[in-house]
Amino acid sequence: MDPAATGVTVAGTGADPAKTTMFPEEFLKRTFSLINSDKDRNSVSLVCKDWYNVERMSRRHVSIRNCYSVSPEIVTARFPAIRSVTLKGKPRFSDFNLVPDDWGADVQPWLNVFATAYPFLEELRLKRMAVSDESLEFLALNFDDFKALSMLSCEGFSTLGLEAIATHCKNLTELDIQENGIDDLGGDWLSYFPENLTSLEVLNFSTLTSEVSFDALESLVSRCKSLRVLKVNRKINLEQLGKLLVLAPQLIELGTGTFLEELVSGSVNGLENAFSKCGNLVTLSSFWDATLLHLPVVYPVCGNLTFLNLSYANIGPDELEQILGRSKRLVRLWVVDTVGDKGLEAVGSHCPLLEELRVFPVDPFDQQLGVTDSGLVAVSKGCPKLHYILYFCQRMTNAAVITVAQNCPNFTHFRLCIMNPSEPDYLTNEPMDEAFGAIVKTCTKLERLSVSGLLTDLAFEYIGKYAKNLETLSVAFAGDSDLGMEYVMRGCPKLKRVEIRDCPFGDSALLSGLTQYESMRSLWMSDCNVTMDGCKKLAEEMSRLNVEVIKDEGGDDRLANKVYVYRTVAGPRKDAPPFVVTL
Amino acid sequence: MSVSIKEHDYIGLSEANMEKQAYEMIYNNKDLNLKATELRLGLPGSESPEREVVVHGGAIKIMMAGAKRGFSDAINGGSRKWAYAGDGGQEVGSVKHSGQETDVSVSPVPALPERKTQVSAKPNRQISSPAPKQQVVGWPPIRSFRKNTMAVSQTKNEEEGDQKMGSGCLYVKVSMDGAPYLRKVDLEIYSCYLDLSSALEKMFSCFTIGQYGSHGVRTREGLSESRLMDLLHGSEYVLTYEDKDGDWMLVGDVPWDMFIASCKRMRIMKSSDAIGLAPRAMEKCRNRTEADNE
Repeated sequence: MDPAATGVTVAGTGADPAKTTMFPEEFLKRTFSLINSDKDRNSVSLVCKDWYNVERMSRRHVSIRNCYSVSPEIVTARFPAIRSVTLKGKPRFSDFNLVPDDWGADVQPWLNVFATAYPFLEELRLKRMAVSDESLEFLALNFDDFKALSMLSCEGFSTLGLEAIATHCKNLTELDIQENGIDDLGGDWLSYFPENLTSLEVLNFSTLTSEVSFDALESLVSRCKSLRVLKVNRKINLEQLGKLLVLAPQLIELGTGTFLEELVSGSVNGLENAFSKCGNLVTLSSFWDATLLHLPVVYPVCGNLTFLNLSYANIGPDELEQILGRSKRLVRLWVVDTVGDKGLEAVGSHCPLLEELRVFPVDPFDQQLGVTDSGLVAVSKGCPKLHYILYFCQRMTNAAVITVAQNCPNFTHFRLCIMNPSEPDYLTNEPMDEAFGAIVKTCTKLERLSVSGLLTDLAFEYIGKYAKNLETLSVAFAGDSDLGMEYVMRGCPKLKRVEIRDCPFGDSALLSGLTQYESMRSLWMSDCNVTMDGCKKLAEEMSRLNVEVIKDEGGDDRLANKVYVYRTVAGPRKDAPPFVVTL
Repeated sequence: MSVSIKEHDYIGLSEANMEKQAYEMIYNNKDLNLKATELRLGLPGSESPEREVVVHGGAIKIMMAGAKRGFSDAINGGSRKWAYAGDGGQEVGSVKHSGQETDVSVSPVPALPERKTQVSAKPNRQISSPAPKQQVVGWPPIRSFRKNTMAVSQTKNEEEGDQKMGSGCLYVKVSMDGAPYLRKVDLEIYSCYLDLSSALEKMFSCFTIGQYGSHGVRTREGLSESRLMDLLHGSEYVLTYEDKDGDWMLVGDVPWDMFIASCKRMRIMKSSDAIGLAPRAMEKCRNRTEADNE
């Protein structure tokens, strides 16, 4: 075969350098079009310049996990053919009120650039961005092909913005509004969907608080035959839910409304019937105000469920057992700690396929309630496939966590929140160092770790020594000295995101991560011992980092109370509010 | 007996930061967890509690001469939760109003241990009555939507036959005359006036009603009229609240349950402004008790 024809070059043949493409472009294009993972595409683009070019021209989706790490101009220049964008803004601790309002992460500057560069944009997924009604309207009016909007933990918009989306997005397939700081002005935003809109596949307005027009909703559900995800809000009652189900038996994911109502027995049967026709349902969520009175209506579908989200249902262990006894295929389960240790024993008994468990506190400040170490152990015994846990509890022991690590060595995400800051092992009164030590030693695949309880530098020494795959670390009220953070920064090569609050880590700790920060997405440190001098030093040494200090009013000017460090190719922020100082 | 102090102050730096340390200690005390939900009373770098939470920029005047003593008594005697620099018997330094930050005439604070959170839990946990749980900003890490939803659900579950539901969520704003910020407290987490007043006392660092605890006097729920008057005359500030009808009343007038059912918001006002309230408050209470059968 003639090497030139196939484009294959043998090294050392002295062939013309200009023709040394390894493969013809067409071949590369087609191959790359099959590669969808961002990670793979990033790798591909590093191989050589040609591959970089072919890859960038063919990329359809881009994920920008820190909106300030790059500018919209740079993104659009590199990737001209994007149809789908994921954009994340504020540091995660903004979810917990640690970041002042008006910090930034405004989506509008991105939309402005996208309007010219990506007029065919179809999907926009936003997390922790500031989104105004004007931006939503801009989006709706400037992108004719726009199909999917998802907003999680965003704020700044109201139902007026949703009206604009409903009105103008003729091809809308997805509207997913979750846990946002939305100004629910009520109104009839749902009624703004035109009668001829039939393309909706995903509709999630479960966290909106005001009533929507049920007629409009019913009509929408009835004409959108491709609807596969429907999550309504608390204002929709059981009877209405039943009507919707009858219209959409093809649903794959359902978020219920409230269970509060007293249904007449005829209605209950009708509802059960409706559920039993939903053969494709694999996810059920919401369950507001659910009690044993009407929970049984969902029993017909429990057998198929893989994801059950009961995190808004304050049910007890008995109710949980009833459901779990029928849900043998569960892979993911979210509950409230009202189920207690007894409920978790039921989890251990009935859910052998369980891979993810999240237990949320009903009342973080009540010491009497909740789950404890024994519940966690019970789950670990019965669910060997468990690899993701988020567990809020009042108290824990080292022994329990060590047992859990032995039972479930496959943890990838271990997030334990002992709700009293700096709470020791309640049986031995020792720090919880050994607990997390066991986790990092045993669970070699650990990617994400949230620690809590009383912890000394030893815990961090363990993390630095063993958690070689760790990517995300959250620390609060822990550690003794700079050493703690230093162990981690020096020992964990794959760190991407580190967030620390209320720990005695100072400048030396901050600077110990010097070599790491450029390969990390971000570092957050608040209420630690970091000073402005330390931050300045970091900024001087590392020019490709943005070292930002969020100033509190008044306060000692020498201290850097909230520090946010992240790599960027976009230089210092141009839109920083006055209280954000880039060093 | 005062609780032996645990650092709780992770700063452990020089004298220059003593003010912040001491301040932070109280607010970072693991049991107290005083960092208020949304706003901080004193900002990082604020002065020592010896001077009672004086904020840079002169925003909040906390210590009034009259109440100084009472306050320090509260700290040393009744209020066993205070984490304090040095020992519990420390005299409160000369009271300064905001703006004069320099003279902190307090006995030298021992260098605070480095370990911010190295609390040996035992002493704290030996405290018999549970501390009213204070709220640290952003802790535990739960998103607001979930927190608020839980609060509503919880209330609904608890008050089955009870008419007291109201909005379900019992966060009320607390303002203080002269302060630039409001605070919010969740009335649900307290069970009596003592708890509430301790919490507010710590939040605003000087509080009238807290004084009745400082003398170790265990009063019944609710303050008697005469006691209230004592307090009123003894200090510069009083706690008032706006009830469902829009009237401003003195806190302590009515039984606790009635109070949390009707309180819409609270205000720490100067006692000079509040004097006129008391008689009206008692009268209203009498009327209400007659008319209200809940």
